[in-house]
Amino acid sequence: MELSPLIITLETAGVATVVTFFAGIGLAWMVVRMNHFKGLADAIITLPMVLPPTVVGFFLLLFLGKRSMVGRFLLQWDVSLVFTFQAAVIAAIVVSLPLMYRTARGAFEQLEPNVIYAAQTLGVSEWRIFWQVLLPNARSGILAGLVLSFTRALGEFGATIMFAGNIPGKTQTMSTAIYAAVQANDYALAFDWAMVIVFFSLFFVVLMNWWIARSGRGGCLWN
Amino acid sequence: MELMVRIKKKLRNFTLDVDFAVKEEVFALLGASGCGKSMTLKCIAGIETPDSGVIVLNGRVLFDSEQKINLSPQKRRIGYLFQNYALFPNMTVRDNIRFAASGNDAEKLQKVQANLERFSLLDLAEAYPAELSGGQQQRVAFARILASDAELLLLDEPFSALDSYLKWQLELELRQVLQSYEGTALLVSHDRGEVYRLADKVAVINQGKMEKVHEKKALFQRPETLAAALLTGCKNVSVASRIDDHHVRAEEWQLDLMIADLPAKVKYVGIRAHFLEFRQLPGENTIPVDIVQVIEDTFSMLVMVRKAGSDGKAIRCELPKQKWQQFQAAGVDLYLYLPPEKIMVLAY
Repeated sequence: MELSPLIITLETAGVATVVTFFAGIGLAWMVVRMNHFKGLADAIITLPMVLPPTVVGFFLLLFLGKRSMVGRFLLQWDVSLVFTFQAAVIAAIVVSLPLMYRTARGAFEQLEPNVIYAAQTLGVSEWRIFWQVLLPNARSGILAGLVLSFTRALGEFGATIMFAGNIPGKTQTMSTAIYAAVQANDYALAFDWAMVIVFFSLFFVVLMNWWIARSGRGGCLWN
Repeated sequence: MELMVRIKKKLRNFTLDVDFAVKEEVFALLGASGCGKSMTLKCIAGIETPDSGVIVLNGRVLFDSEQKINLSPQKRRIGYLFQNYALFPNMTVRDNIRFAASGNDAEKLQKVQANLERFSLLDLAEAYPAELSGGQQQRVAFARILASDAELLLLDEPFSALDSYLKWQLELELRQVLQSYEGTALLVSHDRGEVYRLADKVAVINQGKMEKVHEKKALFQRPETLAAALLTGCKNVSVASRIDDHHVRAEEWQLDLMIADLPAKVKYVGIRAHFLEFRQLPGENTIPVDIVQVIEDTFSMLVMVRKAGSDGKAIRCELPKQKWQQFQAAGVDLYLYLPPEKIMVLAY
């Protein structure tokens, strides 16, 4: 069994999750503090979660493809995103970002506002409030968002196949490998990849639950 | 130490409109829940922004809508004691105080230690807020405020969530904390007892509108408005109209009463339940009454009466249990005496 789909999947999901983690928390914090157009901003960030992945992939082609403004700009340096590893990462980011954003936002909103106000009136800077009050107290929500967006990125199919294609050894992930195997009538291979995905997803969700149960209290996000 | 506040802010059901100055004293805003008193504190602390007005603390302009000045809460140096204390749940008692302390590391350490000692928190220094009682949480909240550079103390219904014994303990502690603020603080409460015991000056807030500022004794003795009468604990009020310079008709009670000097404007009359007296013979301001209901309270009797033979609104009288037993034993007709000097005349 050629292992490249496993490695490509872990790489795309890994890189995508790092970006999603910071962008999702940042966007959540931004939207929570918005006074106007909060609903609209929320809807735009959430959209990739509710749209069919093929539509997301189609828009990515439209906005980042060779004929788009960004695409033509990048072509000046002979760079093209479509059907590359980077494209797979971008597709995974776009579909997993809403999960990180929504769980982080929910966690921020659960925090009692008076706790933040108290920190402000005590003269603590917004930056320290964010890192030392907000994040630690929203920890379980943020951990949940991290795992959910990583597992979502692991299983990403629709947008990836539209935007990154299904090139073995280059952009073929486990989920696109399953599709290709079924097309080629190789059910045994499809079954193997399916089991690998189920194993990974189960493992990370169990890890998340254990992590959240353990982190009842304590000073730091990571202990 | 001087705080000057003159702000307006439109809220959902009414417009908040307050205007007062606090100078080396405990100033209380007395009002029913939802009247805008907490919002006033939030505007002073910078958590909420007024629509217009000015806030000045010790000569520093904190907010001025015309000059477009609006300092952040961090720059205002105002200590805010929240109703639920709002401790940082992820930090120990020591870290809660250190997080708020200003200065370099050595100064911080010194402030943390001094305030842990001052509030007898040394044994609890490594505990988390969830492990503390309400009283302990309040002490941490005070320690945290004193470790920061706050120049003024705002108290938002500090004891509302506590049982009466604990309330008293914390009130005693609050008195000590107030001394380190040269006795200057702004207290918001709906509890007239708390306000009377702690404050020097009182202003009633009714539907966002602040009424005249009073010395507390004057307000409790001679409230001028219905809201002030009710908030200072007056149990009996009736719509009233003027008959002549010395007589007033209490319409809901269906009584005509004599009052020595009646002001020009009369809308309500009121009398506190414990100023009413029972008599056995008729006389001035002494009227025959029927008993509507007798309720035994912890240390007194509550007797609800109305003018004999009428269907007027019942008047609540409060008297020692023993006294009431004497009247009952006598078994004669009951007359109610309303001392003229105790009747409050309310203009609106």
